[in-house]
Amino acid sequence: MYKILKKEVLANNIYLMDIEAKRVAKSCFPGQFIIVKIDEKGERIPLTICDYDREAGSVTIVFQAVGASTQRMAEYEVGDTFRDFVGPLGCKSELVDEPDEELKKKKILFVAGGVGTAPVYPQVKWMKEHGVDVDCIIGARNKELIILEEEMKKVAKNCYVATDDGSYGFKGNVNDKIKDLIHNEGKSYDLVIAIGPIIMMKFVSLLTKELGIKTIVSMNPIMVDGTGMCGACRLTVGDEVKFACVDGPEFDGHLVNFDESMKRQVMYRTEEGRAVLKLKEGDTHKNGGCGCGGDK
Amino acid sequence: MDVLKKVPVREQDPKVRATNFEEVCLGYNKDEAMEEATRCIKCKNPKCVTGCPVSIDIPGFIKEVEEGNIEEASKVIAKYSALPAVCGRVCPQESQCEERCIRGIKGEPVSIGKLERFVADWSREHNIKPQPPETLNGKKVAVIGSGPAGLTCAGDLAKLGYDVTIFEALHEAGGVLVYGIPEFRLPKETVVKTEIDNVRELGVKIETNVVIGKSTTIDELLTEEGFDAVFVGSGAGLPKFMGIPGENANGVFSANEFLTRNNLMKAFDESYDSPIVSGKKVAVVGGGNVAMDAARTALRLGAEVHIVYRRSEAELPARVEEVHHAKEEGIIFNLLTNPEEILVDENGRVKGMVCVEMELGEPDASGRRRPVVKADSEFTLDVDTVIMSLGTSPNPLISSTTEGLEVNKWKCIVADEVNGKTTKEGVYAGGDAVTGAATVILAMGAGKAAAKGIDEYLSTK
Ligand SMILES: Cc1cc2nc3c(=O)[nH]c(=O)nc-3n(C[C@H](O)[C@H](O)[C@H](O)COP(=O)(O)OP(=O)(O)OC[C@H]3O[C@@H](n4cnc5c(N)ncnc54)[C@H](O)[C@@H]3O)c2cc1C
Ligand SMILES: Cc1cc2nc3c(=O)[nH]c(=O)nc-3n(C[C@H](O)[C@H](O)[C@H](O)COP(=O)(O)OP(=O)(O)OC[C@H]3O[C@@H](n4cnc5c(N)ncnc54)[C@H](O)[C@@H]3O)c2cc1C
Ligand code: SF4
Ligand code: SF4
Ligand code: FES
Ligand SMILES: [Mg+2]
Repeated sequence: MYKILKKEVLANNIYLMDIEAKRVAKSCFPGQFIIVKIDEKGERIPLTICDYDREAGSVTIVFQAVGASTQRMAEYEVGDTFRDFVGPLGCKSELVDEPDEELKKKKILFVAGGVGTAPVYPQVKWMKEHGVDVDCIIGARNKELIILEEEMKKVAKNCYVATDDGSYGFKGNVNDKIKDLIHNEGKSYDLVIAIGPIIMMKFVSLLTKELGIKTIVSMNPIMVDGTGMCGACRLTVGDEVKFACVDGPEFDGHLVNFDESMKRQVMYRTEEGRAVLKLKEGDTHKNGGCGCGGDK
Repeated sequence: MDVLKKVPVREQDPKVRATNFEEVCLGYNKDEAMEEATRCIKCKNPKCVTGCPVSIDIPGFIKEVEEGNIEEASKVIAKYSALPAVCGRVCPQESQCEERCIRGIKGEPVSIGKLERFVADWSREHNIKPQPPETLNGKKVAVIGSGPAGLTCAGDLAKLGYDVTIFEALHEAGGVLVYGIPEFRLPKETVVKTEIDNVRELGVKIETNVVIGKSTTIDELLTEEGFDAVFVGSGAGLPKFMGIPGENANGVFSANEFLTRNNLMKAFDESYDSPIVSGKKVAVVGGGNVAMDAARTALRLGAEVHIVYRRSEAELPARVEEVHHAKEEGIIFNLLTNPEEILVDENGRVKGMVCVEMELGEPDASGRRRPVVKADSEFTLDVDTVIMSLGTSPNPLISSTTEGLEVNKWKCIVADEVNGKTTKEGVYAGGDAVTGAATVILAMGAGKAAAKGIDEYLSTK
């Protein structure tokens, strides 16, 4: 059993939790993920490691309640436990293995979209701890959806915020901001690391290909085991089929077949929708209408 | 009674069972078992035993069954096997113990598997538990993987007084027994859980959710965590695909994914969260036990199911019993047929599978006649789901993170057949991780051999 040590609501529907998981905390690195299973009947939910405390033996996850399982997770409170929590899974970010001297020579831009800010954070923090200055763009549809801005500002040399509707920071999407930095602020980059919705990673990769900047993306296909056993997470990179859970989750953005991955992500849409409905109907029942006194 | 024939075993009616996940074979009751036991002539030099990879004293336990001493019979089996209820159900008896039974020369062999199953089920129902050793020897052994190889190695070492911990990557112990083989052939709650609990009774600890090579490494187990030896029984869990166009479409699954969703994640049960898409018309590509399991699972989820296999019926690698059961339940066999392309609609979903017909040519290296494409035989099979069941290979997670652990060109760990010794000191291996995908009982045999090897190593160290 894995205990919830801390819970915060970062934005509407976006939650942060610290989970006690000693083995994971001891051996994880930025870029890796865990799989959590709420209880006996839960599904295996992959989530990126957002931070970790080796001494305390805890791991931080940030998740958006998008469907039945993540909504169910959001109901858990400090002191409650999850039945299963396994990791670290996947490969650590390539940057972690590069010598600090090499890293310092590079001009690196991180691009974080929405909840994707969570997985970007540990990488930027790692850079800071190794004396490497990096820039970071946090993008979201609107101000309410910006998370971890304060934390990111502490670790990135420059942290820019962009909102599609201009409700906060730069008005425009992350690509507009990348162009703005390069064309109007005289910036140049050797490497872009983009993590967010697939559609964002696709368009950032298209832009950086034009600009000739190497780009790493973090793919989050549907997974089951996360150990290379089922092949659910396969995707096409260049002319090869890769399993994201063991070969990734980070890949060269200029080689990933994003369109195929987007289609694969909605494979279970009908079943997922049904599950949400079931969860809601369950709730309706719990909150009354049945004479059980659950009404407010 | 006709001594040339096995006492028939009761089964669920094919029409009924095609719609549920309950066990197909109902097994013998005590009277039936005692009757079948009389057919064994208790050979002085029993050939059947030479066909059993763990050399169970078959006439020994059958004699006890004949006399109605089922508890005694279970004690005889327990000396050799920790998973009799499993083996009695899934062992390919017809090519092992029963193939060599002298009753088989004239008539049917003794139903050794069904008798073993009966004894194991009876012991469970009568709550017979194995006895842990009285004293521990103070030495610690780590076992990686909780499949049949790992469970057997752990059980045997525990009986010898070792302090054993099994590390399992998944959230449930059992390996293929829980994630691969379906409920209707091997009930999880009653059969698998009980046999794993029996291994625990011997003092074995099982830590789930630990991926060796990620959560920790073999070297850390040997140094930081104080284990004196390690056994690797990590199986052959990496699925193969064909590499044909359309294979990444929605609706194409590996048998591992399809079976894991249904067995381990219990997607067939509405009250569990994991989804499964069963499809209306399913093609299962392959002809092994795994293919039969995937096909019969899809059928139970409500689909019309085709087995697509490139050779003929005679070459089907699946057990005869499984093929027979599959046919009874209404699985359609498209033999001498090979897929060339999966057709995909504009939403990325499977809308058909282009196949060619095959004919058998000259024998190849394996001695089986090589299938060759028949000219102009292309046709489209109307399916919305394709399950690839083309075999698996060992996962490189452990070998790639363990210095000095040699693998061969198929990524199988190199280990001595007699004692499980690998190229790294203190590290032993066995089961599918060493041989590639094989059988439950061979994995158990390897786990046993390695337990002996580890005991010899640690007794002299
Ligand atoms: C390596 C990796 C890292 C991830 N990191 C994060 C993270 O840090 N924060 C976060 O909020 N989300 C993350 N995700 C996505 C997260 O796993 C899904 O949002 C979650 O599983 C949805 O479950 P649900 O039942 O609530 O939603 P559902 O309604 O079932 O699904 C909503 C959508 O989530 C995706 N999804 C569903 N099931 C899975 C699954 N088993 N595996 C992967 N994706 C699935 C699909 O695109 C689906 O359409 C990550 C996914 C992967 C693979
Ligand atoms: C669908 C199906 C049907 C089958 N039917 C039959 C049958 O009828 N009869 C028969 O005899 N055989 C059958 N087999 C084959 C048989 O199940 C296997 O040969 C046998 O289970 C192998 O045992 P094992 O202990 O070597 O490995 P497995 O059973 O594969 O167990 C390996 C375990 O190790 C774990 N593991 C892997 N890597 C790590 C790691 N890095 N860290 C921690 N844990 C790890 C895995 O999660 C798994 O639990 C079938 C196989 C399948 C897939
Ligand atoms: S373990 Fe398998 S091979 Fe051995 S006696 Fe039992 S059924 Fe036969
Ligand atoms: S060979 Fe057949 S008859 Fe002889 S001991 Fe074995 S099971 Fe009995
Ligand atoms: S999630 Fe099963 S192989 Fe990647
Ligand atoms: Mg879900």
